[in-house]
Amino acid sequence: MPLAAAITDLEQLKEHPALACLLAWNAAAVSGAKFDRDEMTIYVDRANIREACALLRDDKCAFNYLSDITCVDWYPAEPRFEVVYHLLSIPNKERVRLKVRLESASPVVESLTPLWPGANYFEREVFDLFGIRFTGHPYLRRLLMPEDWEGHPLRKDYPVEGYR
Amino acid sequence: MAHLTPTPVLEPGQDRTMILNMGPQHPSTHGVLRVLLEIDGETVVRIMPDIGFLHTGIEKTCEAKFYQQVVPLTDRIDYLCPMTNNLCYVLAVEKLLGLEIPAKAQWMRVLMNELTRINSHLVWLGTHALDIGAMTVFLYCFREREEILKLFEAISGQRMMTSYFRVGGVALEPPLDFFDRVRHFAGYFPSRVDEYENLLTGNPIWMMRTQGVARMTAEDAIALGASGPTLRGSGVDIDLRRDMPYSSYEKFQFKVPVRQEGDVFARYLCRVAELRESIGIVRQALDGMPEGPIKANAPGIVLPDREKMKTQMEALIYHFKIITEGFAVPAGEVYQAVESPRGEMGYYIVSDGTAKPYRVHMRAACLANLQTLPKMCEGGLIADVVAAIGSIDIVLGEIDR
Repeated sequence: MPLAAAITDLEQLKEHPALACLLAWNAAAVSGAKFDRDEMTIYVDRANIREACALLRDDKCAFNYLSDITCVDWYPAEPRFEVVYHLLSIPNKERVRLKVRLESASPVVESLTPLWPGANYFEREVFDLFGIRFTGHPYLRRLLMPEDWEGHPLRKDYPVEGYR
Repeated sequence: MAHLTPTPVLEPGQDRTMILNMGPQHPSTHGVLRVLLEIDGETVVRIMPDIGFLHTGIEKTCEAKFYQQVVPLTDRIDYLCPMTNNLCYVLAVEKLLGLEIPAKAQWMRVLMNELTRINSHLVWLGTHALDIGAMTVFLYCFREREEILKLFEAISGQRMMTSYFRVGGVALEPPLDFFDRVRHFAGYFPSRVDEYENLLTGNPIWMMRTQGVARMTAEDAIALGASGPTLRGSGVDIDLRRDMPYSSYEKFQFKVPVRQEGDVFARYLCRVAELRESIGIVRQALDGMPEGPIKANAPGIVLPDREKMKTQMEALIYHFKIITEGFAVPAGEVYQAVESPRGEMGYYIVSDGTAKPYRVHMRAACLANLQTLPKMCEGGLIADVVAAIGSIDIVLGEIDR
């Protein structure tokens, strides 16, 4: 089966429940969307991510389960970091991916722990391995690496074999 | 929530409580989990898991490998269910490539995946019972697990790190008597599950140690990101095999065991019921196994057969190119989740159009499940911590990656 081209036009995608919900709330918060390989990606501004997630959780589209939080480093491009949230709707059996783009100068985003306490470890892991700081996180410490480790290993400017 | 603001080494509050360090070498922590407990007599006041002892940086390693070289790494994340990880990874890469997989390969994957689930649940059941004090079950479970490992060895050459699923299909045709051996196993296995249940389910000691212990409500389980039997034991009816099917799971009939109690016993019953459902899926896969190729027709991506590689010029060239240069994957990103024995195992892969993945992230079911531990244990007895850890079926390889 050949790959269909990704759809990035908001007009064509606005039927999707998650996007419709966000656009109805605050169209300015959505900076883009992409439908590729049957997966929906919505780009959300940094300032609005917690509210957007709260809305998606409590709205009728019911994305009530936080599957995962991770990050992608696009070094040396700017904005350098993309924090990626995967939400799952248990009632509707549907997924959506939210993304927040962050400049390398201020890799800071609001924590989702007030909405889902389960975001705790995911955000700590992203902090540990990428150096993204989550404001409002109750205990933002390294999770996997030792406490005194220098650098953030999953950044692209961190060598695979580590610093010598 | 008290557990969200702990300190790395807990400060004893006044002189009522004391700090107990459990692990990382404690036998009931299933590997290298360290748990800090603040206890007041026998009661747990605070609990804080400390992880990372097994961190190997597998996500970073993946970025330096070709797509096909990542498959053996995925075995090593969750060493109790290697094929589930293989499956999740190859499904994600195939989705990136837009590759169609032949029916027989998909059914083989379902068959092996369910055997892997049984294998993993048997290790869980044996060690969980051992933790709580029922030693015999361990020996019974490992007797059957040995048979499954022999089947794995027959089909892939390896007992544990199988790497049997490859991008585009499965590695090898099964040996001639393989299906008969699986059928034989599927024939007697339900009676063995009866044996385990005879030892445990109605056993008064087992019931006292597990019923009403380490309770968790459905709302807490969802909020903390629990998945798999840990979530279904709290009454949330979701199973990705049924609800978001992959690899032709939609063609199989099976029930999803759900319990409402949310305690250790409920999670135990869910998993034991899953053993029976899995063997049912294995039987269906054996009965309906389609004929045909086991690899997709994609010469630049799937390695040619050994026979062809040694006799045909073109196959040799493809073989050489795949081994030395890998294969380019169109730019894009996918998140593929499968129902592993422990819950939602997800692979998020970002491709930049080259032959190496730009980013591979594993969503580990255990990492999220581990966060439920404080909710389950705080206010309970210290002896129940062991039961709670066993009931969420942790594998530290997957948590630490």
